[in-house]
Amino acid sequence: MKEILSGNEAIARGAYEAGCLVACAYPGTPSTEILENTLKYNEINSSWAPNEKVALEVAIGASFGGGRALCTMKHVGVNVAADPLFTLSYTGVRGGLVLVAADDPEMHSSQNEQDSRNYARFAKVPMLEPSDSRECKEFTRLAFELSEQYDTPFMLRSSTRISHGKSIVELGERVTDLPLPKLEKNPAKLVMLPGNARVRHPLVEQNLVNLSKAAATMPLNRLEIRDRSIGIITAGICYQYVREVLPDASTLKLGMVHPLPHDLIREFAAQVDTLYVIEELDPFIEDQVKAMGLTAIGKEIISLCGELTPGRLRSAFGLPQPATIPVEQMPGRPPNMCPGCPHRGVFYALNQLKAYVTGDIGCYTLAFMPPLSAMDTCVCMGASIGMATGVTKVVSDEEKKKIVAVIGDSTFLHTGMNGLMDMVYNNSPATVIILDNSITAMTGRQDNPASGFTLMDDPAHAINIPLLCKALGVKNIRVINPLDLEETKRVISEEMERPEPSVVITNKPCVLIKREDVFQKGPVYAVDTDKCTGCRACLKIGCPAIEWLPAGDGSKKGKARIDPLLCTGCDVCRQLCTFDAIGSKQ
Amino acid sequence: MKAQIKNILLVGVGGQGILLASEILSEAAMLAGFDVKKSEIHGMSQRGGSVVSHVRYGTEVFSPIVPEGEGDILFGFELMETVRSLPLLKPGIGTVVANDLRISPPSVLMGQEVYPEGLTEHIKTLFADFLLVDGQKMATDAGNVRAANTVLLGAVSRRLDIAEEYWLKALEKMVPAKALEVNKRAFQMGHML
Repeated sequence: MKEILSGNEAIARGAYEAGCLVACAYPGTPSTEILENTLKYNEINSSWAPNEKVALEVAIGASFGGGRALCTMKHVGVNVAADPLFTLSYTGVRGGLVLVAADDPEMHSSQNEQDSRNYARFAKVPMLEPSDSRECKEFTRLAFELSEQYDTPFMLRSSTRISHGKSIVELGERVTDLPLPKLEKNPAKLVMLPGNARVRHPLVEQNLVNLSKAAATMPLNRLEIRDRSIGIITAGICYQYVREVLPDASTLKLGMVHPLPHDLIREFAAQVDTLYVIEELDPFIEDQVKAMGLTAIGKEIISLCGELTPGRLRSAFGLPQPATIPVEQMPGRPPNMCPGCPHRGVFYALNQLKAYVTGDIGCYTLAFMPPLSAMDTCVCMGASIGMATGVTKVVSDEEKKKIVAVIGDSTFLHTGMNGLMDMVYNNSPATVIILDNSITAMTGRQDNPASGFTLMDDPAHAINIPLLCKALGVKNIRVINPLDLEETKRVISEEMERPEPSVVITNKPCVLIKREDVFQKGPVYAVDTDKCTGCRACLKIGCPAIEWLPAGDGSKKGKARIDPLLCTGCDVCRQLCTFDAIGSKQ
Repeated sequence: MKAQIKNILLVGVGGQGILLASEILSEAAMLAGFDVKKSEIHGMSQRGGSVVSHVRYGTEVFSPIVPEGEGDILFGFELMETVRSLPLLKPGIGTVVANDLRISPPSVLMGQEVYPEGLTEHIKTLFADFLLVDGQKMATDAGNVRAANTVLLGAVSRRLDIAEEYWLKALEKMVPAKALEVNKRAFQMGHML
């Protein structure tokens, strides 16, 4: 049967067909939907872990127990999971283990565009790279088989265009002849103490040499000889752009990007006049091709930054571009926090208090934009708290009071709580605000250890965040209603003044949570146009439900209007109006 | 072979249901026997940002994204986003099917910028094949304002070489059963335009 699947759906399908028993991940764009799709197969135990390191460790355990296991993450998640990864390559596997790293060239939804292929080489783990959904499914299946055959974890590299692109996939059946998982002790292989690891390392190196040789005849690496004047080595989504823009060029299409099939590369180079390597981001293939002593053109014409497109590839080869009409200059449309979002009032208060806000990763990162303009740093998951501690170590006592770390519940549990431990241990005077909206919102409402449910929708223990902070040794813990502006501003201000660690926790859920009894829409609000003076105070929270209606006489006068379809009745704008012009319609 | 590829763009604002519409279109093209590829960016666009979905079908499709200046049909759910994406179309010869709907972006809501005037006239001067659809009104007439996207799909369907039976099969597969009849009506109404 044929279906149109996204790359992520196809990876999930591939894992299912390969007999995978366990899938574990922390959500991250563009990888999130893989686990939301393994979930559809009852044979796979799918779960969210608190972070990528734990997710990989769960997959490793499943593999050591004898089952096939899938672990998925976005590219920056591999940084978090790197510690187990680098030793997993030494232990190898029992059940096949596949780690999907989904890169984000162009940073559509990421803080950097690191190239995960470097991890494959660095951690000495073989890596496959599919170029469409069909290959996502086939390569995932194959990666499980090769993982067991070569006794090594396999990485599968995706990218935003592969994960979120859709194309036609032929579905297959699930394998049924795999041995049942059963405990089996093998400490020489699985206990990585120096004596054992010294034995394993040469095996890892030999394995990569063997794979490189075998890769020359694997169908996933493919010579396509057409016009011999141009020969292009490429992989992944870039292959599609090459075929689109340079349909006559000969290609060496690589399905395995680590280790590279050296023999096949030499064979290809010998058959073409000019050799090119076309790849996004780093010159990963190119550097190795050049180290083989071959002459090739790559990053001279293809940027190190951003994603490739058919247009950019055309420019690289000096081909004419299709005519286009000029771009119109119009107001931009950046993403925004939702109407009724419980984060909005907190950032309004932080703006008013002129705080220096060390930020974190989540919807709330959008608060750096006007009119809230209340985020001063954002580096990586969980970094806000450590950064806050660090800033207080160097600035004056007066400035120390301005330092506030802001972090969501899921990010706090991911890697933020270690920062809080340090903050208490080393007595940092900074203030931490935990925006607890009971969900991992930015990636599309995923459950987490504090939300009360698992990925498979089973009820779960919900971590009590105030108690957790107390256990870490925080003495000053205040829980506030972020929709009450007076309380929010007063409590944050008091805790900023306090010369010791303090935590403020907000307690309103994300407006997007669909479970009944979690978020409830209040009565819709409206502006009384007789009372509205056009002071614009309500516009300062940047709510998408509030619109400025100009008077239309060319003056700067006008009035506010609330869109009844968008308003959730959160009440925050009413508290900003000093003219009593905003109220509920009921 | 390349000349046989249809390049379609579906553009609008996050939350308007663009992904579902592009999935219905892709499904219909696959059922009609074509190779299909589709691409868009999720992530930040979910929070009310601009969304552009690319659908390409034909005998064999390589790139999942439509190269600039090679779009055949632009299918706009919101007027400013429609105009923003016009450079993706073949100049002058592309087709524009646009929903007559304006959604203000944050800077306009806050009164810092104004929503541009004269957008439909602007499109008309650039593209002869331009259809403006009051999707909201027609969907309301069909029985549910939320079927506006399906009215537009119906309007686009007349301009594509995919037989009606495949569209209806795709709707049956992708639309929840209780909304199917309304959506079929909305599709037929759009198809007459």
